Amino acid sequence: MQLMVCAGNSCRHHNSEDVITRIKWRIETDEELMNSVQVIQTACFGLCASGTIIKVLPGNIFYANVKPEDTDEIINEHIINGRVVERLLYHPDDQKVIFGTKCLNRKQIRIALRNCGVVNPENIDHCIKHNSYLAMGKVLTEYSPAETIEIIKKSGLRGRGGGGFPCGLKWEIASKNDADQKYVVCNADEGDPGAFMDRSILEGDPHAVLESMVICGYCVGASKGLIYIRAEYPLAIKRLKIAIEQARNYGLLGENILGTGFSFDISLRYGAGAFVCGEETALIHSMEGKRGEPTNKPPFPAQSGYLGKPTNVNNVETFANIPQIILNGANWFASIGTEKSKGTKVFALAGKINNVGLIEVPMGTTLREIIYEIGGGIRGGKKFKAVQTGGPSGGCLTEKHLDIPIDYESLTQAGSMMGSGGMIVMDEDDCMVSVAKFYLDFIVEESCGKCAPCRIGNKRLYEMLDKITQGKGTLEDLERLKNLCNVIKDTSLCGLGQTSPNPVLSTMENFAEEYYEHVVEKKCRSGHCKSLYYYVVSDELCVGCGACRRCCPVHAITGDKKQIHHIDPDICIRCGECIEKCSFDAITIELEPKRVTVL
Amino acid sequence: MEKFKSYEELKALRETLRIGRPDKSSEDKPVRVKVAMATCGIASGAKEVLDYFTAELKKRSVSCSISQTGCMGYCYAEPTVEIILPNREPVVFGYVDIVRADEIIEKYIKTGELVDGIIPTNYERR
Repeated sequence: MQLMVCAGNSCRHHNSEDVITRIKWRIETDEELMNSVQVIQTACFGLCASGTIIKVLPGNIFYANVKPEDTDEIINEHIINGRVVERLLYHPDDQKVIFGTKCLNRKQIRIALRNCGVVNPENIDHCIKHNSYLAMGKVLTEYSPAETIEIIKKSGLRGRGGGGFPCGLKWEIASKNDADQKYVVCNADEGDPGAFMDRSILEGDPHAVLESMVICGYCVGASKGLIYIRAEYPLAIKRLKIAIEQARNYGLLGENILGTGFSFDISLRYGAGAFVCGEETALIHSMEGKRGEPTNKPPFPAQSGYLGKPTNVNNVETFANIPQIILNGANWFASIGTEKSKGTKVFALAGKINNVGLIEVPMGTTLREIIYEIGGGIRGGKKFKAVQTGGPSGGCLTEKHLDIPIDYESLTQAGSMMGSGGMIVMDEDDCMVSVAKFYLDFIVEESCGKCAPCRIGNKRLYEMLDKITQGKGTLEDLERLKNLCNVIKDTSLCGLGQTSPNPVLSTMENFAEEYYEHVVEKKCRSGHCKSLYYYVVSDELCVGCGACRRCCPVHAITGDKKQIHHIDPDICIRCGECIEKCSFDAITIELEPKRVTVL
Repeated sequence: MEKFKSYEELKALRETLRIGRPDKSSEDKPVRVKVAMATCGIASGAKEVLDYFTAELKKRSVSCSISQTGCMGYCYAEPTVEIILPNREPVVFGYVDIVRADEIIEKYIKTGELVDGIIPTNYERR
């Protein structure tokens, strides 16, 4: 018999360590139990609200909310007498929870990531065993291009790169443009800070992307495929190269694929890691060897793209969904998700969350489910503050948004966006003004400089935010900040500039009081902004030893021997050196400066 | 390898691979060890763990196949290793370093006895 006790971070806050110690002690003191029962510590079960969780094998019995004092009852009743302890059984109040064989909580469905973590990406045989290229064969032999496009249209698959444009429609437009040569491009220029979905797919299952590109080529009438991938992803590049080589050897790429007469080959193009090159037109320019700058649409790439030829650009994750749609049918895919957004979405869950990870959930899952069940809650038992979705173009969602079902429309309505799938969770220690500043810093770095609103406007936004975090902002600044945001939004040339003020606008909207505090009260409640907290020497505890004065690198501390010392907040750089040196715990961090009475 | 001349040939290879070709493919042995080797896994030490499994399983003459695979999604518990024993459900172990790898070989692979650090699967594949 085995007792699996959750030792995840969240359960630890529910005293799981004591539960484990107590069970182990009880078992070790009883010879009979020693021989028949084993205690195993596991990672998170995803039932974090009901910790500590214990699963008993055989039988898959789940106990929830187990306290250290409950362990004797479980051992006496369940293990010795074989009677289930009804009182502690886990009762899912959510009907959606499926009782699986391995796990209770299966909010996740893996479609795009299906073979990720299963197959050996460098061994094509192993991938074929797990259905790689089956969909491609089926399309090439059984369907016409028009039929295939119809399937994709019916499935409701939308672009996973962020825009959410219907994939089938995109293919249809590209297929209708006549040209002697067309191109299929895979956009693997994943640039959002904190996002790693595309990299994981390419590293884990490169064949899924290759296979889909062939399908896409067949549908739109292209014979050449290009993968635009950033050079910062060396492992993904290596695995793609191996995959392309192996597929060519098998005749799954190249001339006359599977004897059907259709020819398609794929090559790689490397990006230097510019964020703007994730934008279709900039990406195409970069591939042509030109500057990675966007141009006005129309003409759309489907009309005139790479080398002036019709080009269909799709994101990695979009491609990774295609084989499963072909194999399982459009209706199957359309049955997952919400009314307007079908299927699943991969998110890179990062930030102040217990189970940082790569997750794939059906559209319509709520943020609460993602953060508290799959993500295991906030690290250190702290309070949730916000979650940033959509990268630098997205926005921050707060507690009031936790229960909205996630899809393209609902996120846009809430003032953020789906984006490519980065999800950064923030807790009470994060300062929202600084978060906005961080994204602006990124944008300033990444703006290509072609249009003035983005090039100059964002720089000014950054400077204003910097001023506010230094406690030098005024109420007028807040007004100007908002106005400038709207100007940049309305007048920028491409998506980068049009969305770059979003982090500022959404934090100003949702955390107006924090901006206000920074500007009026000169306070940062999270203690994040260096200029807005103070190192203060306590009158009661300071003995005047001078240790802090001697170690201060900027000579901000004054005071005579055996007299109370004083830190000048204008000189202090908040390095923390004095706190470390003080043997009397006399120096503390305060949100307000010490009042000095002038004699 | 010959190039496929038809869709049927591809399907035929898939069938053979499904049934198992123990002589040809090393992926088909009864005991299988998979190490998640995405960039993030490697950064947390998955390469050392993979090398350790390869060397030690050979040294301890355990017949099994070892392969690398992509991201399993449990970034918080890297390096992660999946072990598939015959007729058992796959088990994923997290936070695997060389010490734990040794424990996994001695206990789980050799005797089927579970050890600490199991990650409950939290997704289904469609």
